[in-house]
Amino acid sequence: MNFEEICWVLFSQFGEEAFVVFNQKSNQPILKVSVDKLHEVCFFLNQDERLYFDYLACISGIDNGPESGTLEVVYHLTSIPYEHNLTLKVETTRQLDAKVACVPTLSDIWKSANWLERETYDLIGIQFEGHSDLRRILLPNDWQGFPLRKDYQAQESYHGIKVIY
Amino acid sequence: MDFQENRLKTGDGGIIVTSVEDLMNWARLSSLWPMGFGLACCAIEMMASYASNYDLERFGIFPRPSPRQSDVMIVAGTVTFKMADRIRRLFEQMPEPRYVISMGSCSNCGGPYWEHGYHVVKGVDRIIPVDVYVPGCPPRPEALIGGFLKLQEKIMQEHPLAPTLLLEIEKESSL
Repeated sequence: MNFEEICWVLFSQFGEEAFVVFNQKSNQPILKVSVDKLHEVCFFLNQDERLYFDYLACISGIDNGPESGTLEVVYHLTSIPYEHNLTLKVETTRQLDAKVACVPTLSDIWKSANWLERETYDLIGIQFEGHSDLRRILLPNDWQGFPLRKDYQAQESYHGIKVIY
Repeated sequence: MDFQENRLKTGDGGIIVTSVEDLMNWARLSSLWPMGFGLACCAIEMMASYASNYDLERFGIFPRPSPRQSDVMIVAGTVTFKMADRIRRLFEQMPEPRYVISMGSCSNCGGPYWEHGYHVVKGVDRIIPVDVYVPGCPPRPEALIGGFLKLQEKIMQEHPLAPTLLLEIEKESSL
């Protein structure tokens, strides 16, 4: 299945107004979906016999900067038996308090989402609602801030060690 | 002369006169046991130095699996903040006298992570005292061996038996 056919299946299931298509002519077209529809759509992508996306390859977090005030999460899905791919994107508001920005977890659909979401939380500070174990995965537990945010300022010291060069 | 030229074993031992301190230092520097741990790509070069091509064993250098049996710690690789507490603890578990060799750019000063590496300690000397810095990214086994030779020089100049008070007085009088 190519991108148009996947879109057609999704549009007939959820209605065309739930999605926005980006970069349709490029090598990697992106389908944008609203946050409240994300879990529903992903469950369908996983379960539907025509689509059968059985593998969540990657989750990426993007910080669009303080001016735009948005964070994005990009999901790369693959169907191993059908050999087709889909890039899915959601946008959420950028809050200074990281406890607010919420995207539903997909770890109940794809187990691989568990650690990928933890990494996205660790570095960008996106909260995943319903995640069973949302802790930092790469940085120490008591680290302050989210290093891949555009306005990140490293802390002065960590356990008595000066952080800045 | 005949004895020298023909290398005859006569059974008569020669005599070397030395001080206890020099003998002790010679013994200490001839069996430096490093702690067996590596942090990043420098560890590959360190392992190559242990292995047969470079064979650190001929200097009596032989990795130990426990900090309690080690004399020297080779910090081979990138020190992250998550690892910092562990390195400090391992260093404290080593019995004195203990030495630290900082191997490679990352543990010397942060290396390529000095500016944007939020997770990297900018030099292991911010956590523990370092005796010898080995430059390189990563250093070749020859460079690590050079570092060990420098450490041996340093140990040879130490006075492990002298009372510290005496050393202090000596230092003051020389000033």
